[in-house]
Amino acid sequence: MIVSRRWLEALLGRPLDAREVAERLTMHVAAVDAVVPLHPDLGDVLIGRVLEVKKHPNADRLSLCRVDAGGAGGPVEVVCGAPNVQAGKTYPYAPVGATLPGGLKLERRKIRGVESNGMLCSAKELGLGEDHAGILELDTAAPPGSRFVDAVPVADHQIVIDVPANRPDLLCHKGVARELAAVLGGTVKLPPIAGGAAPAGGTARGGSAARAAEGGVPAGRRRASAPSGRVTSGVVDGVEVRLEDPEGAPRYMIAVIRGVKVAPSPGWLTGRLSSIGQRPINNVVDATNYILFELNQPLHAFDLARLNGSAVVVRRAKPGEKIVTLDGLTRTLTPDMTTICDAKRPTIIAGVMGSADSEVSPATTDLVLECAYFQPTRIRRTRRALELSSESSYRFERGIDMLGMPDALRRAIELIVAVAGGELREPPLDLWPEPQQEKTIFLRPERVAHLLGMPVEPGEIERRLTAVGFFLAPKDGRLAVQVPAWRPDVTREVDLIEEVARLKGYDAFPDELRPYRPGTVPDAPEEQARARVRQGLVRLGLLEARTMPLGPPDGPDSVTILNPLSAEDAHLRRRLLPGLMRRVEYNWANRNRDIRLFEVGTVFRKESGSPVEEWTSVAAVLTGARRPPHWSEGAKLPDMDIWDLKHHFELAVDLAAPGCTVEPATGGESGWVAVQRGGEVVGRAGPLEADAPVWAAPLFGLEVRLALTGRAPVVYRPLPVQPPAERDVALVLPGGVSAAQVAAVLQRAVGPLLERFDVFDEYRGPGIPAGHRGVAWHCSFRDPERTLREAEVDAALARGLAALEDELGVRRREG
Amino acid sequence: MRDLLAALAELRERLQEIPQADERRLHDLKTEILGRKAGALTQILGRVPTLDPSSRKEVGAAANALKLEFAAAIAARERELKRAAGSVAGLDLTMPGRAVWRGGLHLVTQVVDEICDIFRELGFTRAVGPEAETERYNFFALNFPKDHPALDAQDSFYLGDDLLLRTHTSPVQIRTLERYPPPIRVVIPGQVYRRDPFDASHSPVFEQIEGLAVDEGISFVDFKATLATFARRFFTADTRVRFRPSFFPFTEPSAEMDVQCQICKGVGCATCKQTGWMEILGSGMVHPAVLENCGVSSERYSGFAWGMGPARIAMTRHGIADIRLFYESDVRFLAQFAGGVR
Ligand SMILES: [Zn+2]
Repeated sequence: MIVSRRWLEALLGRPLDAREVAERLTMHVAAVDAVVPLHPDLGDVLIGRVLEVKKHPNADRLSLCRVDAGGAGGPVEVVCGAPNVQAGKTYPYAPVGATLPGGLKLERRKIRGVESNGMLCSAKELGLGEDHAGILELDTAAPPGSRFVDAVPVADHQIVIDVPANRPDLLCHKGVARELAAVLGGTVKLPPIAGGAAPAGGTARGGSAARAAEGGVPAGRRRASAPSGRVTSGVVDGVEVRLEDPEGAPRYMIAVIRGVKVAPSPGWLTGRLSSIGQRPINNVVDATNYILFELNQPLHAFDLARLNGSAVVVRRAKPGEKIVTLDGLTRTLTPDMTTICDAKRPTIIAGVMGSADSEVSPATTDLVLECAYFQPTRIRRTRRALELSSESSYRFERGIDMLGMPDALRRAIELIVAVAGGELREPPLDLWPEPQQEKTIFLRPERVAHLLGMPVEPGEIERRLTAVGFFLAPKDGRLAVQVPAWRPDVTREVDLIEEVARLKGYDAFPDELRPYRPGTVPDAPEEQARARVRQGLVRLGLLEARTMPLGPPDGPDSVTILNPLSAEDAHLRRRLLPGLMRRVEYNWANRNRDIRLFEVGTVFRKESGSPVEEWTSVAAVLTGARRPPHWSEGAKLPDMDIWDLKHHFELAVDLAAPGCTVEPATGGESGWVAVQRGGEVVGRAGPLEADAPVWAAPLFGLEVRLALTGRAPVVYRPLPVQPPAERDVALVLPGGVSAAQVAAVLQRAVGPLLERFDVFDEYRGPGIPAGHRGVAWHCSFRDPERTLREAEVDAALARGLAALEDELGVRRREG
Repeated sequence: MRDLLAALAELRERLQEIPQADERRLHDLKTEILGRKAGALTQILGRVPTLDPSSRKEVGAAANALKLEFAAAIAARERELKRAAGSVAGLDLTMPGRAVWRGGLHLVTQVVDEICDIFRELGFTRAVGPEAETERYNFFALNFPKDHPALDAQDSFYLGDDLLLRTHTSPVQIRTLERYPPPIRVVIPGQVYRRDPFDASHSPVFEQIEGLAVDEGISFVDFKATLATFARRFFTADTRVRFRPSFFPFTEPSAEMDVQCQICKGVGCATCKQTGWMEILGSGMVHPAVLENCGVSSERYSGFAWGMGPARIAMTRHGIADIRLFYESDVRFLAQFAGGVR
């Protein structure tokens, strides 16, 4: 919402500093996003009065003017080419040395042989409009030599307010001024309309029952008139009005103004609208827009002559009914939408947009002026369904001031008559079948103190709330607070407490830490597990990545997003590895060869029964050198291989899924799987196929499902005091016999004396039969109680070897 | 016998080579002279038993003495070489050292941990909840009206009629209030989803940290104090903070907390749009309707809640202009923060 500083000044009757306004609004009302000065580049331009106009001696089209610009040296000679220059009139004058918008710097120079001291300016030269046919004639009492920007209301500030969704009252100047009056002091008074006179008569109730006007009620204190029957139709100045959809339009007012002359608006009105970035259109439309931005009452003026049958009918649209809106598009309506119709067809989509063929045109003489309250939800749904929004729909959606409508309509009529002529022959019609009262909320001063942590005197509470339009009356130790209808956001006590807090200023409350009780919620085990895994993988030298969980499908049980941003991102990830592989390819594209990434993130799967299953997954990708190259070791270090992967996988499984075992994958898969005690596979690791450049090293990946179970506590074993006995054993393994099998047999056959058993070599070639391989183990034997004798060790080893030969056909290697 | 003694004398000369030998040469010398089969001394000693007894003694003694001398000299040289390898004398110490790969946490993880750790000191534990949520948890229990603009499908990713990817971590407020009795003090980190196209300042997925405190007698003063204390611990002890009105359906009063711009220290710069302030978090007192929706008495209990974006805070603190960098996983980006950010 853009507000004009000058417009606010007119409402508050006092000068304002735009920066201060922005600061106060931000700290007490709503954030100000920007303060934009308008025409700051006119500071050098002065008010000049033309004293005398003579013909230029050397040019027919030029004149020579004597201009009083307030200078001490008396009037100056200025050459002027405008046809409209007249002695005795006042114009913007740019002296020598002045800089004009666009950067033009004026110098003293001769024009056709006569020296010109500066220039008289057109609107275009000042950046104030497109008119450059003549110089800009000013209507100002400011003395010659005054600064143009001080004398003429063009210099202004746009104050851009980020109005929250619950504060429709801030969508107009009066509402913002009301808040400023509360925090800066002062009162809000609508400025008189130039040439205006309050229209005679009040408003008429439906039928012929005239209803007293509610004029003269101070802002913030208006009473709705008592309900007077559920009248939903009436006639005003020959126009029949029928409210057939009171749910969609709870209050509906119509005025008829006859004999207007549609023309451009006067300067003050176009100036106001331009100052907030609104394009002036014609006097009637500009007048309704002015009221919109002054009072937040959307109005719709339409051409009486273009109505079929002099009737205004407010009803739900019929299925499939069509309307061509102002933007030229044909819209198909549904019964969920309220329309304003003539006797035959819809002319307006209520609260959203009118049709091209009912709009005010230069030929219009008789106006129907609508002032309505449309039901916010209805408008929102219509706007969404049609994907069509307007300044009006924006305001109706948020809720306008239903009780302020007569005042707004009265002022609109006054303004239209003032700027476009015409007359109101009958009071407006007010169809309001179920009149509403302002709501009352009870406020307990002690609750204010309780919630805000600091007592606020009842007098201050009353002062603060009254300043923004609430009405307070003590009742049974509480305060009965009447809420003005422009504040739909205030519905319960706590809303009033917020009002007190913000108007007092949040900064007025101390920020001292007071004692608190510890909470009952334990740390989430998920978070502990994630932290443990992350730290462990970082220690392995991996960098944590974060990838997008949205992407292409990954198997039939991928979860589909119903309304994706794009077809490529229409699924939730089922695994982390595909995303990490894409990040590896991205790094390859940046010529990085050594990449070690991991991610701990949520993955999703379609589940029968529950709609979506989600869990935390842990994944890593590895490619490139095993460690950073060093000059002492030559250019090339070995790249990571499948055995680096195995170690990383074992550690990742130990961190993420404690208790699971890592086993070679079966069934044609290469690599390993992590298997839970029950046999369920919870992780996989293996080489990955990626779109790799030729210089890239092999890529490996692992992924394991994060278990929430903690790890078993570490069991401490006392350090041995007896020395070990060491033996190296080279064995020949027939094809199909695995190291794990050998280890198992040896361990079982030798028993607890065999303390450690580490592979230190594998060999194929001369001396080993074809299809066999040589594998060498380093064995450590130890008895915790006593020193082993050599013979005992040899006997134990022989037991093991015998079992190996027996069970696996594994023999000791000769020589 | 003469020839053997002459050979021994010749071998003795070679003792002088040992102090100059490098590691490789020393190894060769050892094999050449003391080698188990072909070593020169080994061979001489092998011939001793074939000599006549008178010479046998003389030659044997000389050969054994020389063998001991060689062994001692070689051992001495070996020790010397080992010492030299551990010494820095004569080395160019500006040459690069030998490295291992260094891992590191993602910048966002580090900031999340840093924030949660500060709140832990203020008594908050870490809570989490699912990313696929129902409308009740994501909106309605949080006091969003049924036709609130945030419910527009264009702002959220829907997975089903009543199932969407959570648009904030606030649903965990509801889950926590339903499950645990007050006093409650939790911080809730987690991934959230908004239907915004990926660009320099928007990501359809980002990290959020929510906080919730509920107990008897928690007031606006407690709320301000807790968040201001956080800001001063996270930034600097003299960082100024301000609270100003805002609007969220699930808090009342609602507030935005700004901290003094960390780049210009409040003077005004391009980053803070000349205001001198940076918006850090949205917050407020828990709306009584939220407590009531969870079966908690809003007369007896009150509380405060807040939400903030660690990625955005990291961007402000480190001057990172493009949020997409957080998801590109460029190792050059990740490695910059591998050593920690503080
Ligand atoms: Zn700054």
